[in-house]
Amino acid sequence: MRAYLPGYEMDAPRDLAAALERMTREPGVWKPLAGGTDLMVLLQAGTLSHKRFLSLWGLPELRGIEVGREHVTLGALTTYTEIRRDQTLQREFPLLCRAAAETGAVATQNRGTLGGNIANASPAADSPPALLVYDAELEIVSRGRVRWLPYHAFSSGYKQMDLASDELIRRIRLSRTKSEWKQHYRKVGTRRAQAISKVCFAAAAHLEGERMVDVRIAFGSVAPTVVRAAQTEQLLRGERPAPGILRAAQETLSREIMPIDDMRSTARYRRQVAQNLLAEFLEFLSQ
Amino acid sequence: METRVIGKSVERKEGLEKVTGVARYVDDLCFPGMLYGVTVRSPAARGRIRGIHFESGIPWDEFTIVTAKDIPSRNCVELIIEDQPCLADEIVNHPEEPVVLLAHRDKYLLEEARRAVRIEIDPLPAIFSIPDSLARREIIWGQDNTFKSFHVEKGNVDSAWAARDIVVVEGEYETGAQEQLYIEPQGMIAEASDRRGVTVWGSLQCPFYVHKALVRLFGLPKERVRVVQAETGGGFGGKEEYPSMIAGHAALLAWKSGRPVKIVYDRSEDMVATTKRHPSRTRHRTAVTRDGRLVAMEIDFTIDGGAYETLSPVVLSRGTIHAAGPYDCPNVRIESRAVATNVPPHGAFRGFGAPQSVFAIERHLDRVAEIVGLEPHELRRRNFIRQGQTLAVGQLVTENVDMGQLMDRALELSGYHQKRKRFERENLRNVTKKGIGFAAFFHGAGFTGSGEEHLASEVALEATLEGRVRVLAASTEMGQGTNTVFAQIAAETLGLDCDQIDIVQPDTANVPDAGPTVASRTTMIVGKLVETAARRVQERLFETELLKPGYDPREFADACRFYNERFGPLGSRAKYEHPLELHWDDENYRGDAYGAYGWAVYVAEISVDTRTAEVRVDDFVAVQEVGKVINPVLAAGQIEGGVAQGIGLALCENVVWQEGRMVNGQMTNYIMPTSMDIPPIRVFFLEVSGGRGPAGAKGIGELPLDGTAPAIANAIAHATGVNITRIPITPEVLFEMLESVHA
Amino acid sequence: MREEAHKVQVQCEVNGQAVTLEAHPMARLLDVLRENLRLTGTKEGCGEGECGACSIEVNGELVNSCLVPVLHVDGAKIRTIEGVAEHGHLHAVQRTFLTRGGAQCGICTPGMVVASVNLLRRHPDPTEAEIREGLSGNLCRCTGYIKIFESVNAACRPKERRA
Repeated sequence: MRAYLPGYEMDAPRDLAAALERMTREPGVWKPLAGGTDLMVLLQAGTLSHKRFLSLWGLPELRGIEVGREHVTLGALTTYTEIRRDQTLQREFPLLCRAAAETGAVATQNRGTLGGNIANASPAADSPPALLVYDAELEIVSRGRVRWLPYHAFSSGYKQMDLASDELIRRIRLSRTKSEWKQHYRKVGTRRAQAISKVCFAAAAHLEGERMVDVRIAFGSVAPTVVRAAQTEQLLRGERPAPGILRAAQETLSREIMPIDDMRSTARYRRQVAQNLLAEFLEFLSQ
Repeated sequence: METRVIGKSVERKEGLEKVTGVARYVDDLCFPGMLYGVTVRSPAARGRIRGIHFESGIPWDEFTIVTAKDIPSRNCVELIIEDQPCLADEIVNHPEEPVVLLAHRDKYLLEEARRAVRIEIDPLPAIFSIPDSLARREIIWGQDNTFKSFHVEKGNVDSAWAARDIVVVEGEYETGAQEQLYIEPQGMIAEASDRRGVTVWGSLQCPFYVHKALVRLFGLPKERVRVVQAETGGGFGGKEEYPSMIAGHAALLAWKSGRPVKIVYDRSEDMVATTKRHPSRTRHRTAVTRDGRLVAMEIDFTIDGGAYETLSPVVLSRGTIHAAGPYDCPNVRIESRAVATNVPPHGAFRGFGAPQSVFAIERHLDRVAEIVGLEPHELRRRNFIRQGQTLAVGQLVTENVDMGQLMDRALELSGYHQKRKRFERENLRNVTKKGIGFAAFFHGAGFTGSGEEHLASEVALEATLEGRVRVLAASTEMGQGTNTVFAQIAAETLGLDCDQIDIVQPDTANVPDAGPTVASRTTMIVGKLVETAARRVQERLFETELLKPGYDPREFADACRFYNERFGPLGSRAKYEHPLELHWDDENYRGDAYGAYGWAVYVAEISVDTRTAEVRVDDFVAVQEVGKVINPVLAAGQIEGGVAQGIGLALCENVVWQEGRMVNGQMTNYIMPTSMDIPPIRVFFLEVSGGRGPAGAKGIGELPLDGTAPAIANAIAHATGVNITRIPITPEVLFEMLESVHA
Repeated sequence: MREEAHKVQVQCEVNGQAVTLEAHPMARLLDVLRENLRLTGTKEGCGEGECGACSIEVNGELVNSCLVPVLHVDGAKIRTIEGVAEHGHLHAVQRTFLTRGGAQCGICTPGMVVASVNLLRRHPDPTEAEIREGLSGNLCRCTGYIKIFESVNAACRPKERRA
């Protein structure tokens, strides 16, 4: 354990209002800590540069899965285990449940939270591609202000978020419009569990007859942020998922992603596999 | 041979402590007044130390600080030679080389202090690869970067190339570094003073190696140095040499501070700073007749030893002897060498050179088969060595070994023949391609050649007043089952139950030197000494007529009590005696290399998803002949665990290097298999010929590391048509190869 | 001048006993268990939440204690390996780990046993896939997992449960 513990501070505010109050009074001083599955790793390595934390774990305002008529809304501190266990999510949002099941393993899923994952803004995260497919919206709160933001507008660059130093993510809202869409998820990781993804793919298509009336395609680990392949979607809209359109779609996709070489994989591999997963998706649709 | 306790799956002797969390590993131990210690390491791969700076903001006067100047006797980690310093003095030769030691009672402040030590180095040019070392781009060790070389010659290779009607096949094969990744990181606690000498407790495989190193470091007489093994959470060779280094560090801090000092590495330090499997490069040139009979083999085998010699000559030796495989070939030349690079020294890892050279030959022979137009199993069958024939180093095979039969059994159990054809058919129309492949191999048990003779291992046995039997051996338990197997051997010999046998904790003050716990030697060599010592105690009791043959355990206990009361302590020793029929010529590197061999054929069935080049092992069959199996559950456990490590070696355990430093030194980024990555592993033992161990046992610990990776590589080649020549076969690498097959 | 550590008091239950832990709020629960309570059965294998050697149960859920700040267990019920056997009677999983060879070097064993116990509570009759997934966060370098699967399977059968 390399961190100099006495140099750190962590308080547990009694409720969300108290947390926001502190963050407003001392902007930038306090960072939120949720389950700790990302930040405690940095602490161990001695590389956690921020020193003062507000623990949000257990705050009731941030928990719970609410099923409304048109939306399902998850508290930011919903854990992956809670996602996997929820019956509505299993039925209507299988991509999110798949992503949760492939995040780490049981112990990580019990402590990792959706909000923590979003705020960590890793381009390799497993749930965000599913959130993009579901047109997720984030409820962002500060003392005295509430705003809603489409998730796809949340991150503008590597680890850059539209989240001010006095703001927290309170809820994530998913609209229940895609339950009839055909949905596909694939994480290509370093092994079958406890893996960081090399390429992460989530997609859904609304078929009428044989045509893709609407489609969503999202990737993780192939750009500085998770990415919605909007141009590829545009090309595919209205088409049949046939070999004829695949080549053009793959070329468009290749222009929309910016994979890199890193210690886990190569840009070439990521680019090629992303294109292959698109092919796999179209095959899945035409079955 | 009928046995009562041997051959049974007796429960693990120290199992209860392990499943209840009571077993005490070194980090579980705490001494009064103990300080924690850390190591400050070189940031550069090679250079001169210009200065060591202690930045402000740390109460340095509270710290114990040790550098090379504080070393009482000789600044070296004694192993074969004395080239590796315990602490770098003027020159550093690899990244992470230890330079400064710090101790303090506050382990958090200690880490702040570690960050506040700056080692200033004037860089020197460094080399990081086998080709650069061989090309002598820089001379970084000795006269020519070569730690050791061997030359093995059988028959007349040069004339063989001129033969008519032969096919010549060449190939080059590479293996990467592999991290042992024992789940318990390295650690030591030391107490040291002028008055009391040096004592260390720690995670280790070879107490007397550590003892020897500490004696040299401190210049103390042997009786004033004591090494005690704590419960050890895995070793696999990674705790053969390195503990001498960390023990030296803890002892130096203890010596200077006058307090006990504990050093335990965190995972990233352990990964980047300690030993790994030697990377290798093997070149094969093989001549076969048109119907697949081996005529000549020329093998060039090189291993990367890192910055200091450590055990590289011995790794090279084993790799060299295994390089030509279990085949009968009249003309063989093996030229091999271990060379230096500016990376942390590589070291022992289960298999110890053989996994490297066996990967090469087993991959190569599949290639030869393909070129000659034979099935891989047919090529092997026509060349397997038999009783009465000689291996490349000239050892006459005296065992009644039938590799052909062993191979047939393995192929049958795995459904190889039907699957081979079925997969070829189905692959034509599937995106996921399946393949099945095998490797045939052998592994020598015990130290090479005259090694066991030089070790002169010794074991002691005591029978107490209460009739309990104590086994005193320096062999360490690290999960492989030493304690249980020794108890079974003693119990079998003495007609007792395992519950009456105590295995004494290896402590150099209390046990004689049975040699290191390595080289698949513990059951066969040391176990035999346990048996001998037990028999001697029994004979003594018979001699005094306190006991008669056919006694029961109660009578044994009574006899021990009578003996102790009448004559005093009852005990015995047994010392290794080299079998007279084994001869080894160290100078010409010929003769009886090993006292016994395990023989095996492993079959791997895999799937490749051509969209992602991910490989999954679907089924694995491991068939081996290892003499008498002392404990079936323990033995199967060894094979299964070894196969899992071999799967990692083949597919996912990739060390990423940058300027000589491992940059993926975290469990997140260095990938070993999880429970979801392992196939069913079906293990079969054929107990055919007898080894030299108790009841005819041989060694098995390392065997599975030799054949697993080549079996998988051969299966991938079958599935995809790709010529695999390197491991690990990561998806990125396989992807490129699949692309070029299609192009 | 170094700041003094700002410590908190955390009340929780560990293996059925009420305890008060005094530690820095961000101290790893792993360290607090091992050092403050001398419960050294829980091990550190990686410090990154990858190997599972530090697995314990908090309120019945499996967690990696190396990633849990001690402040988070205020009011929680914790079970470590030391609390798995009850009144000296081994859990069925501990028994089968002994009879089936589920433990070799033993360093992953405490975490593996806790994870297995947790798995069997959630899936009393697990399929092989459920066993593999339930243990996928616990790395073992010695066994290759095979005899761990066999041990967990055997623990589900009534004959072993009665032990």
